[in-house]
Amino acid sequence: MASVVPLKEKKLLEVKLGELPSWILMRDFTPSGIAGAFQRGYYRYYNKYVNVKKGSIAGLSMVLAAYVFLNYCRSYKELKHERLRKYH
Amino acid sequence: MNENLFTSFITPVILGLPLVTLIVLFPSLLFPTSNRLVSNRFVTLQQWMLQLVSKQMMSIHNSKGQTWALMLMSLILFIGSTNLLGLLPHSFTPTTQLSMNLGMAIPLWAGAVITGFRNKTKASLAHFLPQGTPTPLIPMLVIIETISLFIQPMALAVRLTANITAGHLLIHLIGGATLALMSISTTTALITFTILILLTILEFAVAMIQAYVFTLLVSLYLHDNT
Repeated sequence: MASVVPLKEKKLLEVKLGELPSWILMRDFTPSGIAGAFQRGYYRYYNKYVNVKKGSIAGLSMVLAAYVFLNYCRSYKELKHERLRKYH
Repeated sequence: MNENLFTSFITPVILGLPLVTLIVLFPSLLFPTSNRLVSNRFVTLQQWMLQLVSKQMMSIHNSKGQTWALMLMSLILFIGSTNLLGLLPHSFTPTTQLSMNLGMAIPLWAGAVITGFRNKTKASLAHFLPQGTPTPLIPMLVIIETISLFIQPMALAVRLTANITAGHLLIHLIGGATLALMSISTTTALITFTILILLTILEFAVAMIQAYVFTLLVSLYLHDNT
């Protein structure tokens, strides 16, 4: 069989549960590493849903839905008081 | 009720960090660039729309004024997209903050006026006195024209702030009224709901119109001064 793949180069779904903390600690947390992560994530979404031959409204709507959800999370503290409950 | 109505206009801050920066930068994510001749549907639509708007808006300017095309197009895109995103539930609209609108209006207006002063000093000073005024009226008219000149940036900023804030407040109020009326009388609630639908359609129109008006006025001030 081929030699064992070192921990650093494994993808997330191939990492065993016990190795997870050391895998996370090995990731690149420098500013350029984080910027690279955001860029890779952006292009992954863009190339899958927007940059296709027959893109639909779903590509844009998913982004807007996530935006609405994040804003809801942000203002949950104030919205909590407007629930229909007997005791607040 | 009082506190709830205005909490949506507070600048979002999370753990002391300005979240508002991210919210202001978010519309830029929705306008991807593409260097291809034939790009995807999303980018093609945006490019078509941008070309339509820029042709309509920049055709009145001479070559000196047309150097402002990039500035004015990004301005109308920013204000339009920020206003439209503010119509989503729970979202924060940066253009409701007077500070931001003043920050957009004053530099643009000042740039147009100072360009006019530097390049065509006589013509821009002549704007202060309309043609054919009787001689005794001249001092008063110059004062009035000066005031009207200096009020332009204030009017630009306050117009945008007031329109968007008023629209959001109306939606909040009428939405709250609909909810409260639901348990009391369903017919009135339905009428109020129809009003809410019409108001939302109006707000979509206002969002885009305000962007257009802002940019158009800046371009007009530019036209006077180039």
